[in-house]
Amino acid sequence: MRRPDLGRERRWRSDSDGDGQPPRALVVALVLACATLMTLDHSTGEDSPVDGARRAMGEVYGPVEVGAAGAVRPFVAIPEWFRSRGDMRDEIDELEAENAELRSSVATSGYDRNKLAEYDGLTAAAGTLGYALVPARVVGMGASQSFSSTVTIDAGASSGLRPDMTVVNNDGLVGRVLRVTRTTATVLLVIDADSVVGGRVGDSMEIGMLHGRGVLGDEGRLDLELIDQSVVPARGDTVVTWGSESGAPYVSGVPVGSISKVFANVRDGSQRAVIDPFVDFGALDLVGVVVPSGTESDRAVIEADGSLQ
Amino acid sequence: MTPLRALLAVLAVSAALVLQVSVFPYVAWQGVVPNLVLLVVVGAAVVRGAQFAMVLGFAAGVLLDLAPPADHVAGRWALAFVVVGYVAGRVAQHGRPTATTVLATVAASSFLGTSLFALSGLVLRDPPLTIPDLLQVVVVSVVWDVVLTPFVLPLVMAMFHRIEPERAAVQ
Repeated sequence: MRRPDLGRERRWRSDSDGDGQPPRALVVALVLACATLMTLDHSTGEDSPVDGARRAMGEVYGPVEVGAAGAVRPFVAIPEWFRSRGDMRDEIDELEAENAELRSSVATSGYDRNKLAEYDGLTAAAGTLGYALVPARVVGMGASQSFSSTVTIDAGASSGLRPDMTVVNNDGLVGRVLRVTRTTATVLLVIDADSVVGGRVGDSMEIGMLHGRGVLGDEGRLDLELIDQSVVPARGDTVVTWGSESGAPYVSGVPVGSISKVFANVRDGSQRAVIDPFVDFGALDLVGVVVPSGTESDRAVIEADGSLQ
Repeated sequence: MTPLRALLAVLAVSAALVLQVSVFPYVAWQGVVPNLVLLVVVGAAVVRGAQFAMVLGFAAGVLLDLAPPADHVAGRWALAFVVVGYVAGRVAQHGRPTATTVLATVAASSFLGTSLFALSGLVLRDPPLTIPDLLQVVVVSVVWDVVLTPFVLPLVMAMFHRIEPERAAVQ
């Protein structure tokens, strides 16, 4: 009765010393290594020594992610074959693109009108026209388990990308480039809890700060805090970026979302608005990275006038 | 553990990582995907015990912390997986791994790993999130991991048996 039990116990414990307890030194060493890594990365902030390791890791895993995403893409499209015929699908794509274009032109019309009325707006528009887009596809998405909203795209330094460039798609603002490797780049989405974007309410020209709420899926929301706290933003107003100096990290005039709720803080009288982003962050695929016009790139660059370069 | 076998273990973790980042987002629910890397660490713990699982957990965690598109403080997944490796390894040695015990180990490890990651984020304020959000993600990820266990764990366990049969527990 006893023997088989013993035998099994011995086999199960054969891995480690004695009763299967891993050596205490190993436990301490591993936990300390983790703590050191966290302290190193957390306390040094932006130019952390871990960043080099991240970049090296990106050089290795970036191309693998590009390959895996490319291999999977045809299979992801399979359900669509059953949903509609090829020509119908093309038509839907075309209509959707047109719809998005119309919607964004309607959404920004208030902003555009105001911009034209104000002279400094004209220079901003001229600045915006000097940009071009590098098309890229999303090849990796950070899991919600990591509580950060970042994606990998399949364009990198060799396509002319640098950190702090604006990333958009045909619905609006997606995020900004955090770091690049030779062939891939990591993008911080605007809904990430660490993301702060300068926003402007299109109809009143009021400026404020957009903070991500850090949740993907249906609840992907942004909070807008207006600098002038006495202004009450209206529901349904469109918020666009107000842009940063020399267009980094955000160029101006990109639609971000519309105001879905407004809360008044009774204590200090300030207003907080919840923004519903135009971009569907759960289904990101084709995006464009805003680069200066005439950038050297290993792929076709879409210039502001629609021509390919 | 020869270098070749270590390389195989790292390859298994890398494959899990790439699948998790590039393939599973297409079926993600609320952005939560099955944590395949965690499943590999639990598989290693069940077959090879706590010591091996902790070392593998550390390596896998560092990989998940650094490989794109990760942007959180490095070392957080490493810590979570070291603890998961320890706990899963200790639990597994108390008996023969049946389907039920493996499933229970996965559920416990997934809960523990995701919660630890979330807690380290709360401590480091990286990123500043609310508790209900964290809880929702933890629950969804436990469900995902348990659902994927019947498909992934047998493969992972068979692999660890094969690469070092003399040290693995005999079934």
